Amino acid sequence: MTYSTAEIWTIIGIMGIGTFLIRFSFLGLIGDRAMPAFVLRLLRYTPVAVLPGMVAPLVLWPGATDGQFDPVRMLAALATVLIGIWTRNVLWAILGGATTLYVAMGITALL
Amino acid sequence: MTTSTVKTPAKSAYWAGVRDGAPFILMAVPFATLFGVIATDAGLTIAQAMGFTVLVIAGAAQFAALQLMVENASIAFVLLAALAVNLRMAMYSASLVPYLGAAPLWQRACIAYLNFDQTYITSVARYEARPEMTVADRVAYFLGVATPITPFWFGMTFVGIVAGQAIPDAWALDFIMPIMFLAMVAPMVKSLAHVAAAAVSVSVGLLLVGMPAGTGLLIAAGSAMLAGALVEVWMERRAS
Repeated sequence: MTYSTAEIWTIIGIMGIGTFLIRFSFLGLIGDRAMPAFVLRLLRYTPVAVLPGMVAPLVLWPGATDGQFDPVRMLAALATVLIGIWTRNVLWAILGGATTLYVAMGITALL
Repeated sequence: MTTSTVKTPAKSAYWAGVRDGAPFILMAVPFATLFGVIATDAGLTIAQAMGFTVLVIAGAAQFAALQLMVENASIAFVLLAALAVNLRMAMYSASLVPYLGAAPLWQRACIAYLNFDQTYITSVARYEARPEMTVADRVAYFLGVATPITPFWFGMTFVGIVAGQAIPDAWALDFIMPIMFLAMVAPMVKSLAHVAAAAVSVSVGLLLVGMPAGTGLLIAAGSAMLAGALVEVWMERRAS
């Protein structure tokens, strides 16, 4: 790294302010003014629209295996989703997914 | 004013948030430690690494910025790429408006500072499930979710800087983050419209995976939101 101390703090400062402004944007500016019905309809899907797309590449091409498809991680991801949909409970889904991951890793290590 | 009677539900909403946020300590610990380790290896001072974590609090963007800094990218490029990774949070911000828009500005500013994936998804899931919550309860719940996660994020970064030992790859901790994100979102898939949104998100996300930091995800998320809303309209028309 060849940045000066001032340059590093500039990066940190602008990233901090920028990230805050992104997070504050709509919440800060719109407040309790009414939003159009179709916008509200779109926003209802934010969580299911962002997270699956963010996670899918990590499931198919995990960084830890240098992007090689890994059946163990795929299985753990499937188990997490199925348990989450079935139980509607985040904690059970995490436990089920993590258990599947480690049990499957244990089994493949023994084989 | 009889504000004292209002305190109890807000308090219990806060503690409900603390309880629901606690499992994410599991995720904060390895990733914050790892950030501390990598930041020190890259040559940041303790103050700089901690400044990063406290001012930005956004794991993915912090790692992205650090990676580019190690490669000596131009400052403008580091900033652009790292902020692009965080742009999804503008969507989070917009989607919180119907629930929290009526809260005082300073409370909205606090929530904006603490608005990262875990606090956002956990809180929105609760708001959706309980439409009767008051605005004060919603704010209390959000801050409750952030309470167990944030100190661990800061504290473990410091431990990573000082202790400087990465956790062995054999523990497969890389995959705890995907599992947590999937576990957060799966219970929220409640209708055909949600299934459509998730499916579009996954397919477009995979298709655009080669695009620069975060931009592919934005397009994927935008198309997925549109898909969800359109399927919802279509289902309403069919039902009526």
